[in-house]
Amino acid sequence: MNGSILYVERLTVDFDGFKALSELNFIMDEGELRVVIGPNGAGKTTLLDVISGKVQPTSGRVVFGRETDLSGLSEHEIARIGVGRKFQTPTGYGGLSVRENLELSLRRDKGVFATFVARLSPSQRDEIDRALATIGLAGKADQRAGALSHGEKQWLELGMLMVQDPALCLIDEPVAGMTAEETDRTADLLTALAERRSVLVIEHDMAFVRRLAAKVTVLHEGSVLCEGSLDEVQRDPRVVEVYLGREREERIRAAH
Amino acid sequence: MLPALILVFVIGLPALNLLPSEGSLWHVSDYTLNLFGKFLAYAILALGLDLLWGYTGILSLGHGVFFCLGGYAIGMHLMLEIGAEGVYGSALPDFMVWNQVTALPWFWRPFSSGAFALAAVVLVPGLFAAVFGYLTFRSRIKGVYFSIVTQALALSMWLLFNRNELNLGGTNGLADFKTLFGYSLQDAATQWWLYVITAATLVAAYLACRTVTRSPLGRVLVAIRDAEGRVRFSGYAAAHYKLFVFVVSAALAGIAGALYAPQVGIITPGKMGVLPSIEMIVWVAVGGRGTLVGAVLGAIGVNWLRSFLTEAYPDLWLYVLGGMFVAVVMFVPDGLAGLPGRLARWARSRGVAPELGAPAVARRPP
Amino acid sequence: MLRSVLAAWIALTGVHAAVAASLPDALVADLVGIDDDARRAAVSVLAAQGGAEALQALRALREGSLGVWADPDGSARAVITGTAAPSESGDVAPLRDLGGEPLRGPDGQALTVPRTSVRMVEADRALRRAVKAAIDRVELLSGDAKTRESAAGRLGREGGAEVVAVLAEALAREADRTVRRAIDEALQVARLSDSDPAVQAGAVERLGLLHGAGALDQLKALKSSNDPAVAKAADAAVRRIERWGMMTRGIEIVFSGLSLSSILLLMALGLAIVFGLMGVINMAHGELMMLGAYTAFVVQEVFVSSVAPSARDYYFVVAIPAAFCVAGIVGLALEQSVIRFLYGRPLETLLATWGVSLILQQAARQVFGAANVDVASPAWLSGGLAIVEGVRLPYNRLFIIGFTAVCVAAVYLVLFRSPAGLKIRAVTQNREMSACLGVRTRRVDTWTFALGAGLAGMAGCALTLIGNVGPDLGQHYIVESFMVVVAGGVGKLAGTVAAALGIGGLDKVLEPALGAVYGKVLILGALILFLQRRPSGLFPAKGRHVDV
Repeated sequence: MNGSILYVERLTVDFDGFKALSELNFIMDEGELRVVIGPNGAGKTTLLDVISGKVQPTSGRVVFGRETDLSGLSEHEIARIGVGRKFQTPTGYGGLSVRENLELSLRRDKGVFATFVARLSPSQRDEIDRALATIGLAGKADQRAGALSHGEKQWLELGMLMVQDPALCLIDEPVAGMTAEETDRTADLLTALAERRSVLVIEHDMAFVRRLAAKVTVLHEGSVLCEGSLDEVQRDPRVVEVYLGREREERIRAAH
Repeated sequence: MLPALILVFVIGLPALNLLPSEGSLWHVSDYTLNLFGKFLAYAILALGLDLLWGYTGILSLGHGVFFCLGGYAIGMHLMLEIGAEGVYGSALPDFMVWNQVTALPWFWRPFSSGAFALAAVVLVPGLFAAVFGYLTFRSRIKGVYFSIVTQALALSMWLLFNRNELNLGGTNGLADFKTLFGYSLQDAATQWWLYVITAATLVAAYLACRTVTRSPLGRVLVAIRDAEGRVRFSGYAAAHYKLFVFVVSAALAGIAGALYAPQVGIITPGKMGVLPSIEMIVWVAVGGRGTLVGAVLGAIGVNWLRSFLTEAYPDLWLYVLGGMFVAVVMFVPDGLAGLPGRLARWARSRGVAPELGAPAVARRPP
Repeated sequence: MLRSVLAAWIALTGVHAAVAASLPDALVADLVGIDDDARRAAVSVLAAQGGAEALQALRALREGSLGVWADPDGSARAVITGTAAPSESGDVAPLRDLGGEPLRGPDGQALTVPRTSVRMVEADRALRRAVKAAIDRVELLSGDAKTRESAAGRLGREGGAEVVAVLAEALAREADRTVRRAIDEALQVARLSDSDPAVQAGAVERLGLLHGAGALDQLKALKSSNDPAVAKAADAAVRRIERWGMMTRGIEIVFSGLSLSSILLLMALGLAIVFGLMGVINMAHGELMMLGAYTAFVVQEVFVSSVAPSARDYYFVVAIPAAFCVAGIVGLALEQSVIRFLYGRPLETLLATWGVSLILQQAARQVFGAANVDVASPAWLSGGLAIVEGVRLPYNRLFIIGFTAVCVAAVYLVLFRSPAGLKIRAVTQNREMSACLGVRTRRVDTWTFALGAGLAGMAGCALTLIGNVGPDLGQHYIVESFMVVVAGGVGKLAGTVAAALGIGGLDKVLEPALGAVYGKVLILGALILFLQRRPSGLFPAKGRHVDV
């Protein structure tokens, strides 16, 4: 049996009285592809923020791999340990070329002096070229990243994750704002990414989630509501209540 | 561009200065050479500032402080070199006699060594920047917050250096230097050599900065400028990089100040205040931030204009300076160095199909 | 002999004598005579008698401007000489009588005569000392409370049995509380040099109760008195006075801190609105203040040239709204021409507005001159409020504190209790959404900026009460004001208020111990350390941020 890649225990994040996460428990196995869904404000992005070090938890802990406690570590330390992240709005580094973006993300010594003297090895060059081919931006390798289309930026971010080669990828809404065609490609990319790594995806698009065919965790009001395959959770009355109940309430409110 | 700059400023001006015929059209007077020596010193500072602002997106409004620290470091040695030849015939600098200081303060003593003073030119501003930068970058003070804190730094240091009890000459600063490592500063030959050294230092600084910006390190700096938050998730400790650039630019400012002081003959707190510090920004902005050549051109150009205007139309200078701040921000964010590219793009946009892929060079910081 | 001759002269010139009628002729004759004893006696009589004429005569004698003028018609009279520009005819002396009224010639013009025709009355040292004491005694009975107060202090330091008697008498008569206290203190100070230890001890004790800081040195000396009772009393009194001194200094520090805080807050208020709500760093804010201050100057000049003198002081009431409008309009123009192209790029706004500030400064220098101009505080703001003995709070500073409080309250009401404020806050939080809901975001930006600029103008107008008005007025506080904004946190009114109080207060607390410069340096250090713990200021906006 594989060990867990991520172990989250009684995690609470309190923003001035608003509990974005409350006593959340969550376990992910090594090599697993997991999708987290939930209505707006359920705490999905906050969960990624805590794992990647952007937000410090009020209480609780996050253990990465066998025994690395992530609490108290800063973002770059967590990234160096092997947690990669793609943000909801893709940014990349607009002033650099696509190739430079990938080069910057390469897994290597990222100290100031080491970076100053770093030169690309042939194998690293191959790695970048492979990533370029995978994300389909080989033809735009020398173009400024800032000039890419929205979808291309999303893929560039995924490519950056690939060359960064983390053990765990945190991916926030990879297909938001994409055409159906782009969504299909992204699903392929994600599946490719998950072949050798653990991947945690946040997504709203249910068709996309279905394509990923992965275990689904439903978050609601800062804690886990239920887990299982997509079909299972969709049948779960609590999930129906959370998603549809809200709609019903709104319909009632609108009627008044 | 670089070869042209070397040809004009490193070889051209000093060679023309050596032309024997005073009346010749091509002769460059000692005065002009000295003036440009000052400008080239400013250009060294501008390089560091550009590295910091143009490439990394950190706007420091306190670089006058580092410039002055370098200037004072060499100035203290020059004061001690005067020895007993001052007005009061004392071994102490004149202003100390005037302020009734009887013994050389402890922190002055090591500066009687020329080697120590030269090291201090780099180390004092560098260490100061390291401490200041460590505290500010560690707590993620950035953007305008950082700018305002550095401006407060310039104000505080200016107030401090104006005090007599600091034993650094108060408002009048350090002046009336006589010799530099034994060579008389009144000699045209000494000044000629000072110019050549300044020009050579500028070229060296330029090459050093270019090495940085063309290395992967330079790309990390641009990445910090474009998306600082994102850089951390790629595994880079942004604060370390910012600290590195800040210290480098402070050291360059210190070197610039050290080359400035013996050429101009005086260093005062007036150079480290709020206004002179922010004026340095406009050199880089006008020349073109994010390009090293732009920083050099801007420093020389703006100061040339300044020395011309303050002589010919003194009332006009502040209007022009203020106008430059506004104009460069609103109309030519890439500065003079970006102008050709801007014109080319404009021409292209009016011509046939626009060429895909603008060059991926460092451009306007956010 | 001469005395009687003089008296005869004066009697003969009865026409003029009427002017100085309240002083007996014989007394005047003694005073201007040459018999030293008679003159000393006359001085004591004048001192005992008191009154305005006596005071005039005594002051003239002390200044050496008392003289005897030989009238062309042969009589002699006591006069006070003034000085006048020497004319071609030689020295001249415009004359006044002992009542201070100018003497007039037959043509009704003020009389000017050759100095040689006036014999000046000389006073030796002994006499001058007597005159000085006499003046104090007369002033002790003067109608003006301030004069009585200061005269009492001088008399007390002089000491002596006679002074004690005079002061005791004055104390019995005095009705004004402040003057009573001053006379009492003077009396006790005079008694300190008494030879009877019981009297000394009593005076010491009383001085302790009165917190007589002026007598502190004498009391300290008495701590080593031979008499144990006096020494003990002195010790207690010194401690009492020093404790009181610490308290009053404490009050003064708190007040000056509050005063500086209110100035910083007044400046930072506009800055904070513009930065917090719009992300614009307005470096020209100080120059908008300068415009407000010059507006006050112009309004004052208009009042001086076109309004009755009695109503001139009310220029200030007009100047405040005028300053708001002028600075607001300039701010409006600035926003329309520069700022609106730079939204979302705070560093660029910083640089552009700095450029604007240089231009405005130079323009002011050329229009109004590089030197400071005079803006007189209205008379109703001069003076101060005495809260306890020895502590007087100037009205102008009190006014600024109150004015700041009103401005903060007004800004609060506008931002949080008005429809316009709702729009401003909506645009701040979500520009696109607001635009979708029909808020004209561009217009909101413009008016918000103008509001910030107008606040700067009013701040500048208020600053004329306590500072110089010159082209670089804006530069003085701008850096500190920005520190307030940074320390307070973006877009939080409460944070700005707290930060202004903190920085202003710290400044004034550190100043006595370290001096102003080191205090400011320390505050910068403190700010950087503070930002270590709270990088977004006192009241940061919390929650999940979408920015990366």
